Amino acid sequence: MSRVSLRINGASHVVEAEPDTPLLYVLRDTLTLDNPRFGCGLGQCGACTVLLDGRAVRSCVTPVSRAARQEVVTLDGLGTPEHPHPVQQAFIEAQAFQCGYCLNGWVLTAKALLATNPHPTDEEIRRACQGLVCRCGSHVGIFAAIRRAAGGPAEAKAAHIVVPPGQPAGPAEEDAQTAPEC
Amino acid sequence: MKISAMPSNTGQTRREFVRNAGGLLVGFSLLDASIVPQAFAGTAAAGAAASGAASPSPAALDAWLHIDTSGRVHVSTGKVEIGMGVETALAQIVAEELDVPVGHVLFVMGDTSRTPDQGGVGGSTSISNGARPLRNAAASARALLLQAASRQLGVPADALEVRDGIVRVRGRAHAQVSYGALTGGDALQETLKVSGAGFSLNVQGMGTPKDPSAYRIVGQPVPRVDLAPKVLGRFRYITDVRVPGMLHGRVIRPAGVGAHVVGIDETAAKAIAGYVRAVVKGDFVGVVADTEWAAIRAARALTVTWSAPAAPFPGHDQLYAHMRTAEPKASRETLAHGDVAAALAAAARRVEAVYEFPFQSHATMGPGCAVADVQPDGITTVWSGVQKPHALQRGLAGLLGVPVDRMRVVWVEDAGSYGRPGFADAAADALLLSQAVGRPVRVQWMRDDMTAWGTKGPAVRCELAAALDASGHVTAVRFESRAFSGGEVLYQPSDADNFLAAALTGMPNRSGVNEFVAWGSQTPAYAFTNVQATAHVIAPFHDGASPLRSSHLRDPEGPAASFAVESFIDELAVAASADPIAFRLQYLTEPRAKAVLTAAAEKAGWQARTMHRPAAGAEVATGRGVALGTRNGTYVGTIADVAVNRRTGAVKVTRFVCAHDCGLVVNPMALRRTIEANLVQSMSRALFEEVQFDRSRVTSVDWNTYPVARAADIPPVVEVVLLDHPDLPPGGAGEPSSRPTAAAIANAVFDAVGVRVRQAPLTPARVKAALEQA
Repeated sequence: MSRVSLRINGASHVVEAEPDTPLLYVLRDTLTLDNPRFGCGLGQCGACTVLLDGRAVRSCVTPVSRAARQEVVTLDGLGTPEHPHPVQQAFIEAQAFQCGYCLNGWVLTAKALLATNPHPTDEEIRRACQGLVCRCGSHVGIFAAIRRAAGGPAEAKAAHIVVPPGQPAGPAEEDAQTAPEC
Repeated sequence: MKISAMPSNTGQTRREFVRNAGGLLVGFSLLDASIVPQAFAGTAAAGAAASGAASPSPAALDAWLHIDTSGRVHVSTGKVEIGMGVETALAQIVAEELDVPVGHVLFVMGDTSRTPDQGGVGGSTSISNGARPLRNAAASARALLLQAASRQLGVPADALEVRDGIVRVRGRAHAQVSYGALTGGDALQETLKVSGAGFSLNVQGMGTPKDPSAYRIVGQPVPRVDLAPKVLGRFRYITDVRVPGMLHGRVIRPAGVGAHVVGIDETAAKAIAGYVRAVVKGDFVGVVADTEWAAIRAARALTVTWSAPAAPFPGHDQLYAHMRTAEPKASRETLAHGDVAAALAAAARRVEAVYEFPFQSHATMGPGCAVADVQPDGITTVWSGVQKPHALQRGLAGLLGVPVDRMRVVWVEDAGSYGRPGFADAAADALLLSQAVGRPVRVQWMRDDMTAWGTKGPAVRCELAAALDASGHVTAVRFESRAFSGGEVLYQPSDADNFLAAALTGMPNRSGVNEFVAWGSQTPAYAFTNVQATAHVIAPFHDGASPLRSSHLRDPEGPAASFAVESFIDELAVAASADPIAFRLQYLTEPRAKAVLTAAAEKAGWQARTMHRPAAGAEVATGRGVALGTRNGTYVGTIADVAVNRRTGAVKVTRFVCAHDCGLVVNPMALRRTIEANLVQSMSRALFEEVQFDRSRVTSVDWNTYPVARAADIPPVVEVVLLDHPDLPPGGAGEPSSRPTAAAIANAVFDAVGVRVRQAPLTPARVKAALEQA
């Protein structure tokens, strides 16, 4: 065991850990910072993503010793409920996810991407996200959210609601008026 | 049972909390990592200990909902959220009947001690069936409240109106009383008439639900109540449950099917700080440690000597050969209409084809997690994210050998589950480990526990033949399916033998059932004059603990059967020189089935064609295909545009258009996202997903060996057309749009390059091989 100093979401922590312990378990089990989630333990899916000095990394394969002397940001450190980070705001407005178990990867990868490339093309968004898995298949909403966060058109094509002839047209009109532009 | 008002800081459950957080965005500091056990340290757990852990009777109105003094409506339901927004839809339905803001409806979901048994979630029925008792209970609560308001305000009930939980006398500005003041936090007393059970459980009270034409909240694109807390990192999943004294467990799987434990050497494991002990029960082997990382290292360090595995699998390249020749364990003629043999004999033209669909993995994003706290002299509690918590309660009680009312299952949301993956098995693992060590144990499955050892969607082989007369009219169709049973592991984890851990301890699986892949239930109802359909069930390769145990995977067997039938219909259209959509319309009788095809065609700009157009030359060929899906009253027409690389065989979907009719639309925004996700996930299954195995092991163990669709694979354009039917009851939407995708893609591939790929998934190797054979 050795003492490791960590700076996480702006706060300092000193933990006792073997230097090769994956950062994920120190965050979750030692510090109860539960947002990075176990998905594979192999760096293949991104459910455990955190930001290390602004870069999106896989905490399940990052030794805690590597995180020392760097700024760690987890999903809940990005913004607050009162002041969500614009990327979080965009994902909420786009209603981007199904179960959301994977979302640390998508939200933090989007944050890291937009920090270096504020107006990515669709191709660049996909390339940045290629290492992530969303098993539910929420990608259409996710890409809409990232485009929204980048200030671009939210969605390539909007959905259409058709009310069969002779039916009252309630929901269609309401949807058009009140749904986010996604 | 009388429910008293819940003060916001003591009796509040996790779900109510996150719900509040989603609506009001305040109070997150109250939420710490042990919110779940804290919540249960209050009245509910104490009540459960006193009275046993039986579920509340659905006959009591206050078992379903309770209105506190602030007017918040606390709803208890056996339905659970699995990522598609059902909590929000149910909140809209309850809010509609009571005329309260959606944000005032708070849920307790799937806690077996606090919610009626509604059979859990499955079959896309949570809204169509599961909402009914909630709607009726809310309508009754409203009627009771209006009665009380009528007495208090001294006017007849029909002079009253309700807005945002305030009852007013129509036309009198200041004569009003709130729901909260009317109840004073006391239970609403009414005995409801109960009918049905499980999915069909319903109740009827004095209130009559609104006519849908009066809906103001149902039908609106209300933002999902769970998504803001999730995106803000203020949401607790099952993985985040901690209870005092909790240890961490991991399970070590056999070296191969049929391998037995010969010896255990703990020497290396004991050297790991925090190691507690190994647990061995038959071939069930686990380790327990103080911390999660210690448990992972101990599982790797524990030396287990296994006997040589059996070799019951044929190897995955021989799967379909085995399925073709294996003696079925059960067979059933599911439809016999007219004289198919005579029509085939008299055919001017016969078309025959075989379609094959592999074992597929749920491959859930979170591999499965549970916490069990076995109390030999009290009530055992298990926290789990299964879709069917009440069934799990029965199954785990059986596994532990205790009465059901000594077992409590507390549902906490897990990753999307898509049926019966390994979540129930993880719960059984935790139960056995906690029982052995006498402490609460959390088991987090590793990736290979899920991908390799979780249950699988069964492989399906369909053989089709059709007769056409000289004018190209179809005179007969013969359908014969051969499939492993989707019920081999019963979708309800209601029996002790249901669990992987039970199989590993040597318990034979007797609760499994034969499920037949049938023409009609999994395929559209084409009105052919002569139809004969037969279904065979193939016996599992291995009766005991097997990584190929088959169970329900999203739309059980629907994508496989649809891949066969909707591809075959396309083949028949080509044989008849007919446009694929016009051909389908010719043999369909249901107006809603026709309507989704027409709507999809219109949206996609479908151009009728009577022969495929072989675009020769170019390396990348493009094509367009259509398929129809019908499922329990929901109708889906999907059109796929693809680009096929002739050199590599790679198929890329460039556009989906999906027309969807599930009756009344409760929440068009959440519905649209669910349909989009269905399209992407079913595309992933159609193009990439196939469980690989050798003679004794599944070799698809992680995201590299079981690839799924990733960012680059997602179609640039996905368009959803919702056909709303406010006059019809809401139907199911969780699964139907998974159904036609594979066939739509395969038909588009044919349109692009003129070859049929009749084996899923349509990997580059398969497409290339088909091109080379053509």
